[in-house]
Amino acid sequence: MSDLPKPKELISRIDRTPPHTGWMDTPVNIRKGMYCYAANPKSVEYVGLPYPHAWNPIEEDWHLPENWKEILHEGFKVRLERFRSFKVFMDICVRCGACADKCHFFIGTGDPKNMPVLRAELLRSVYRNDFTTAGKILKRIAGARPLTMDVLKEWWYYFFQCTECRRCSVFCPYGIDTAEITIMGRELLNLLGLNIDWVATPVANCYRTGNHLGIQPHAFKDMIDFFVDDIESITGIRVEPNFNKKGADILFITPSGDVFADPGTYTCMGYLMLHHFLKEKYGLDITWSTYASEGGNFGFFTSHETMKRLNAKMYAEAKRLGVKWILGGECGHMWRVINQYMDTMNGPADFLEEPVNPITGTRFENARSTKMVHISEFTADLIKHGKLDLDPARNDNLVVTFHDSCNPARGMGMFDEPRYVIQNVVNKFYDMPANTIREQTFCCGSGAGLNAGENMELRLCGGMPRAMAVKHVHEKYGVNMLATICAIDRAALPTLMDYYLPDVRVTGVTELVANALILPGEQERTTNLRGEPLPGMEEEE
Amino acid sequence: MNVNYMYSLLAVVVLFLLSYLGVKVGLAPLFGIVIPYLAVAIFLVGVVRRVMGWAKSAVPFRIPTTCGQQKSLPWIRHSKIDNPFTPGGVVIRMILEIVCFRSLFRNTRNAIREGKLVHEWEIWLWVAALAFHYSFLVVIFRHLRLFTDPIPACVQLIEKLDSFFRFEILTDVFHFGLPAVFLSGFVLLAAVTFLFLRRVISPPVRYISLAADYFPLFLIFGIAFSGILMRYFSKVNIRSIKELTMGLVTFHPHIPDGVDPVFYVHLFFVSILLAYFPYSKLMHMAGVFLSPTRNLPGNTRAVRHVNPWNYPVPVHTYEEYEEEFREKMIEAGLPVEKE
Repeated sequence: MSDLPKPKELISRIDRTPPHTGWMDTPVNIRKGMYCYAANPKSVEYVGLPYPHAWNPIEEDWHLPENWKEILHEGFKVRLERFRSFKVFMDICVRCGACADKCHFFIGTGDPKNMPVLRAELLRSVYRNDFTTAGKILKRIAGARPLTMDVLKEWWYYFFQCTECRRCSVFCPYGIDTAEITIMGRELLNLLGLNIDWVATPVANCYRTGNHLGIQPHAFKDMIDFFVDDIESITGIRVEPNFNKKGADILFITPSGDVFADPGTYTCMGYLMLHHFLKEKYGLDITWSTYASEGGNFGFFTSHETMKRLNAKMYAEAKRLGVKWILGGECGHMWRVINQYMDTMNGPADFLEEPVNPITGTRFENARSTKMVHISEFTADLIKHGKLDLDPARNDNLVVTFHDSCNPARGMGMFDEPRYVIQNVVNKFYDMPANTIREQTFCCGSGAGLNAGENMELRLCGGMPRAMAVKHVHEKYGVNMLATICAIDRAALPTLMDYYLPDVRVTGVTELVANALILPGEQERTTNLRGEPLPGMEEEE
Repeated sequence: MNVNYMYSLLAVVVLFLLSYLGVKVGLAPLFGIVIPYLAVAIFLVGVVRRVMGWAKSAVPFRIPTTCGQQKSLPWIRHSKIDNPFTPGGVVIRMILEIVCFRSLFRNTRNAIREGKLVHEWEIWLWVAALAFHYSFLVVIFRHLRLFTDPIPACVQLIEKLDSFFRFEILTDVFHFGLPAVFLSGFVLLAAVTFLFLRRVISPPVRYISLAADYFPLFLIFGIAFSGILMRYFSKVNIRSIKELTMGLVTFHPHIPDGVDPVFYVHLFFVSILLAYFPYSKLMHMAGVFLSPTRNLPGNTRAVRHVNPWNYPVPVHTYEEYEEEFREKMIEAGLPVEKE
């Protein structure tokens, strides 16, 4: 981050004045700091995706097959038939511009091709040229242009500058969803092996080891055991997680990011403590799986097919272990996939039971077919029925706000469950302004596989609107903790906060729960899960 | 100078000259009969084909954009319209979308001021869009009087409502009055003008605008303007016009005497609009009904959606996984299927 300007400078140089040349005549400039490195061909090859090859985005020649235009044309055609969303969205945009300033990347960069409408026009212009009569006859006048190498590079650059957050889709009078456009754009690019490595390698890892980080089963257990030790030193309780346990009540799946890096690790410790509490108090038997050790799905950022291939292990593992239903941890795009795709792709899950919380008797009607419940739904239900012993005062050093992650917000509609949980485990909670939360929430700027290091400038630009909203509640209410239910957020937002608001830290909701949760027989806690003194315990340090 | 709108303006001027001069040289039957029939045919066939084309594409996944609280626990207030769970909820969402432009109503704008990102409610696009569509609808509805005999009561009622604004001075010595002023025509003209100016003045909107965005605006401006011209200024012979339109609609077309050339221009513009419609962005009128992010319920976890082309894919099975890692798993004390 050292070569980046200070936040003030970064913001002051944003210029929304469009270039003098029209967008079709303004060639793409693939700029350092704004793009991610090319996919490692070995990763592309491992999962058998088309045309694995070495290439470099900033080199002239991308080493494409000779018939690359035909491949894309055919791919385009097939997708128009398979996805009504794609076909309709290619045809009906009136370019009213309502979406233009809704994109965090446009707000943060001022680059007109980050206006959702223009991002889509990058594909539409070629669509008109190849598939519509008007475009074939009138060419440029009808907004059509042929596919060239420059156009392809533009696609690549801008479809990897979209986090598929769907904010623009909320405001579109026809519901045109740029996530759909970007998904299709990336599918087409993947036909030529043009993925980014931050997506391709996690995909290959996930296919092989069950998780994006490539953690092998023994190592996965080791990492969890490390948390078990930490929990013991903080609470005096040794929790005993199950792994790959047949006949458990519930299979628990969460993103591997939480096993791997702070502050997600504290959320992971939170899961372990919650599971332990439920086991001790109510005899609920929850198991982890080293095979289905990933909730997230970077296949979703590659192609529908890859998404399905990576997702398949969830149901497969639930079936093998003979659990009743599946509980899912805090993750954004994971939940879009589970909520809107999983049952369709890999269901029906007729070998599972309709999810019922055995402790409260609550029937999760909304998950009766997919049979997977979100940890926030589950925890909110437990709290509502008074089944958790909580001491929110332990979180009294925190003034918390909640970042609605894009996918649970606009691909699910999960707003009040996590807020209810937070408000029961934390005494000081303040929401950010209405234009920046719930369905209008701003992306962290690093979703959809863009959480790399080399594109840091892009991430900080894209995260700016979110950071500004946090800044508002930080200044107004003294907010010092940003809670979220997404693993990418937990990885990306600390960087964003370090840059814009070093006083604000990031947490998962379950970490807050675990800090407040009184485990049966625990010692008096002096620190929170991060090893920091609890409120009132400072002097004992 | 903006090439995109110059092209479109030029096109509309050419269309005007074509029809105006065409009628002068005796091509009235072409502009009064042949082209209108052709245009209606193109419109009908084109729209049906377009919609069928969309309908033919699959809807593999249920992907509504959820704009409100999901239905989950019974004590959490579910947003029944913005995140509908049932077909009924979807119908209400769609009605609000189509009738009230609900999503556009949410519109905001933002700017960076003094280092802060400021969001504001932005209502004018929504106002203009509503004004435009509804005034156009009323104008079209009013024109039914030219295609019906007797004129249905509902058409007369709309006319009455539309013309509540009158400008008359009636005294014993001095009479002045305009014919009943239909507000819809003027609102349409004003809304089209606003939408055009917005496209030209707002830099980002100008940047995204194509010739295909200006053309319909100019055309509709031309339609509204020629209509107003005929009604309030050139005072065309409405009897002969109705004779012509009734001839068209009863399939006994003929060209009566005394039809003003401006009428042919008006009719030609309308014909062009109809013929252009299916091949343009104007198809958003039909497309909005088929938008999968709006017309599907957000209940995918409760009711399984079936993908018609859901083909089997290669997966990494547990057996393959265990095969690769069995020794390490055993060593770590993890249960395995085969010892």
